[in-house]
Amino acid sequence: MTERMLRLLYFAWLRERVGRGEESLALPAEVTTVAGLRALLAARGGGFAALAEGGSVRCAVNQDLAGPATPIGPGDEVAFFPPVTGG
Amino acid sequence: MAVVRVQAEPFEMGAEFAALAGGRTDIGGVGAFVGQVRDAADGRRIVAMTLEHYPGMTERAVSAIAAEAEARWSLLGCTVIHRVGRLLPGEPIVLVLAAAPHRAAALAATGFLIDWLKTRAPFWKKEEYADGASAWVEAREADDAAAARWQQLPA
Repeated sequence: MTERMLRLLYFAWLRERVGRGEESLALPAEVTTVAGLRALLAARGGGFAALAEGGSVRCAVNQDLAGPATPIGPGDEVAFFPPVTGG
Repeated sequence: MAVVRVQAEPFEMGAEFAALAGGRTDIGGVGAFVGQVRDAADGRRIVAMTLEHYPGMTERAVSAIAAEAEARWSLLGCTVIHRVGRLLPGEPIVLVLAAAPHRAAALAATGFLIDWLKTRAPFWKKEEYADGASAWVEAREADDAAAARWQQLPA
């Protein structure tokens, strides 16, 4: 089975709900998009349920905002976070 | 090139203004906005606010917004400084300066910059209240509407 390592980051209330700011993840070969990754993580339950597609949590791949179809590859940095509230 | 900084330290408005416009005879006006921490929100007393950001992406996002402003209004320079970490009421959070030959461009670009910063740059605010509770600030539809109006206007 092929595994690819991803770096995952979480921010703000999402970071608190999932109990970590970052983690490394060995990604199953069949997960190739943001939508697939969201489903994989949301299935963990608990605070991770907020990652499910259709919620308010945004995603960035390699520091660019990403949609459900954005591809994910080995070594990518994938961040999840709530809508922004700066300024 | 815009000056963009994300920092914990306070900024000094006079020094930033001088760095942007000092000695320049081509600049006819500089628009300025300073955001501060308020001591109340929705009727609750705020004792502190903590700003979190996404190191790397935040700087990239702010630089992209500044570049957009420089291009749309042909700015002669701009400065965006956003603080992070724990801040107290009355402390400055964000500084926007936009320099142009004429006031219309300087003022419009300043409004654009703060509106887009609030809705497009990865910062998150957490408020601490006088009763000891704390909560993450929710994104506001009014901020989205303010940002959206810049998409309908000609450059």
